[in-house]
Amino acid sequence: MKLSFSAEDERFRTEVADWLAANLTGEFAQLKFRGGPGDEHSFPDERKRWEQRLAEGGWTCVGWPKAHGGRGCSIEQQVIFFEEYARAGAPGRVGHIGEGLTGPTLIAFGTPEQQARYLPGILNGTELWCQGYSEPGAGSDLANVKTKARFDAEHNRWVINGQKVWTSLAHESDYCFVIARTDPDSVGHKGLGFFLVKMDQPGIEVRPIQQITGSSEFNEVFFDDAVCGAGDIVGAPGDGWKVAMGLLGFERGVSTLGQQMQFQNELDEVIRVAKENGKDRDPVIRQRIAKAHAELKIMRYNSLRMLSGQSGSDGSLQREALIYKLFWATWHRSLGELAIDVCGQQGQLLEAAPYALNRLQSLFLYVRSDTIYGGSNQIQRNIIAERGLEMPREPRWR
Amino acid sequence: MEFRFTEEQQMIRETAAGFLADCSTSAAVREAMATESGHDLSLWRQLCDDLYLHAITLPESMGGMGLGYVELVAVMEQMGRYLACSPFFATVGQALPALQLAGGEAATPWLERLLAGETAGLAWIGREAPGCDAVTATCTPTADGYRISGDYRLVVDGHTAGLLVLAARLPDSRGREGVHLFVVDAEHAGLHRQWTPTLDQTRHLARVQVDGLELPAEACLTGDGQGGAILEQVLQLATVALAAEQVGVAQQVQDLAVQYTKEREQFGRPIASFQAIKHKAADMMLRTEVARSACYYAACVADEAWQGGALADELSEAAAIAKSYCSEAALLNAGEALQMHGGVGFTWEYDVHLYFKRAKASELMLGNVSEHREALARLLLDEGEQA
Repeated sequence: MKLSFSAEDERFRTEVADWLAANLTGEFAQLKFRGGPGDEHSFPDERKRWEQRLAEGGWTCVGWPKAHGGRGCSIEQQVIFFEEYARAGAPGRVGHIGEGLTGPTLIAFGTPEQQARYLPGILNGTELWCQGYSEPGAGSDLANVKTKARFDAEHNRWVINGQKVWTSLAHESDYCFVIARTDPDSVGHKGLGFFLVKMDQPGIEVRPIQQITGSSEFNEVFFDDAVCGAGDIVGAPGDGWKVAMGLLGFERGVSTLGQQMQFQNELDEVIRVAKENGKDRDPVIRQRIAKAHAELKIMRYNSLRMLSGQSGSDGSLQREALIYKLFWATWHRSLGELAIDVCGQQGQLLEAAPYALNRLQSLFLYVRSDTIYGGSNQIQRNIIAERGLEMPREPRWR
Repeated sequence: MEFRFTEEQQMIRETAAGFLADCSTSAAVREAMATESGHDLSLWRQLCDDLYLHAITLPESMGGMGLGYVELVAVMEQMGRYLACSPFFATVGQALPALQLAGGEAATPWLERLLAGETAGLAWIGREAPGCDAVTATCTPTADGYRISGDYRLVVDGHTAGLLVLAARLPDSRGREGVHLFVVDAEHAGLHRQWTPTLDQTRHLARVQVDGLELPAEACLTGDGQGGAILEQVLQLATVALAAEQVGVAQQVQDLAVQYTKEREQFGRPIASFQAIKHKAADMMLRTEVARSACYYAACVADEAWQGGALADELSEAAAIAKSYCSEAALLNAGEALQMHGGVGFTWEYDVHLYFKRAKASELMLGNVSEHREALARLLLDEGEQA
């Protein structure tokens, strides 16, 4: 067991930090610390151009294999990249779904044609992706997808009808990956397909959802005879669940280290406010700040354990990976509560009408989503108990 | 960066686990805890003679294994898991680092006694306070040594140890200043030792009294005012070892509870199939794994402190992070395990209460949760102020 990075990795760290310092300037300077969760609607055009700037420097898809156009970074270097990215305050990525989800899925399950068609746009930062999983009737029970895909042999294409929900960045995206039922008589995780669908077409309508913060980062997406090509299904009809689950494995990857740096920035802001308004003398607040600090540190060690282990390589997760979502989501929600408590009654005062929130107010409200999306805390506990502890599954009603 | 056990470390861990599973059974623990010594000497002998685990951190030049805190933590975790009634923690986790860090030439003969399988203890607490503030015993310089007087409490295995490390301070000194460490044969005249029965019966504590104990100059391990800093580092290293034990406790009560709820049937099904139970178990696993991450990290830092690496300065923070989280994890898990056992969890017959009591006792030892958090708060919030 060893924690230190090699001299070569430390040189890489300097290279990343120097590049970011040199490029987070000019029109990009205003993007510092913007565009993260709770702020994803900010500066969409500038952040799209930032994707391309990253691509020019070779800083998109750093973990992808070189054979597929990536930088082929080791796990250590990816850790360093995401840490330095967040430390520099570089903006929330609009390309993260393509880079973190679509790309690895296509590399693992896609055909050479699909890879040739879709990977370059992700690599060069010109084509953005969104995710079409959840539906009004398929939240925690994700396999209960009702959206249907019918093969239209005459036009040699798939025709998709249904509705997706909680699709972030849908209005900014060029493509969406969609799970839909290829076998209309199937139920549960059988009979699904995984499709790559162009957003700009008459059969797709995007409607923003106004959320608890007053802003809109999520959308509903309606598919009314939307189409994609015969070659735009990943895997065979019926393989959609397998492909989708493989992708959830990629989602728990190395980028969590960057997320933690953002958490650190938030905690630093909480501490700054507490020192400014004197709440840092309150013994209960001191305990809560210390606990938040300690657990954020441990979160990093837990990620290092995840990355040093074998989790993800065969799709099965080790224990420290199984608990990770529940841990960070619950931690972050507590940070939101701490943030507003540190503000005191001042925390009530908005920046401006109708509903302009400051950073800590936004944090307090936004974190309520963390314990719900991506598998709610309740679902996480079921998964931990059933997969991690082999406790009996919940009997189904029908 | 390689944040997992190497094959060799994994082997040490499994060796300790296998041995303790066989020897530190429920019956063995209950037999040992009912004696005044609090341990089964044959278990200690086997640990020394057959497994050589007592020598894990002793330098190779002396005939030890020359390993570090990652290996020690791997063993301590198993000690907690099987509630091993053994002088291991007092000897290897507390007294040994005091001798070795303070040591130099003067410590060598004493370390050789440890290598030969003798047990040891560390006495420093005169009153309950963090670090050196706990030291109230005094050492008054004499013509050829020191005269020591003090009333030490809560000395782990102090009544059975073969040798004792005593912390004492120069008259009128405060804090870290003036603290010295002394080593003495526990049978030395003028040392009065008495077992003090405790709520947690699986680890015995003692009161050690000295009144005008005359020791020669060479019994003092620390010159040059470094004694206080060394004692605090020793306590931080012991804290990391104790946190590992707490990880073992958290894991074992989780396993006991999961196993019990899979077997126990009510309403025609195993109670483990109810979400009310599953969700408690899931939270236990979360705490165990997070505790493990905290503890292993602290072990890596302790290793560097032990061997003079770059992260040595982080030891006090890493120990506070590990001890605050692991204390809470062990105690909450033990309480939940008791709840999940229902009525039988309240009985003397089932083992849960032994872990519950150990968890509480360990939480209180070497700084409780809120003390460690306040220490972290000082680091974060009180920069540039006089603490």
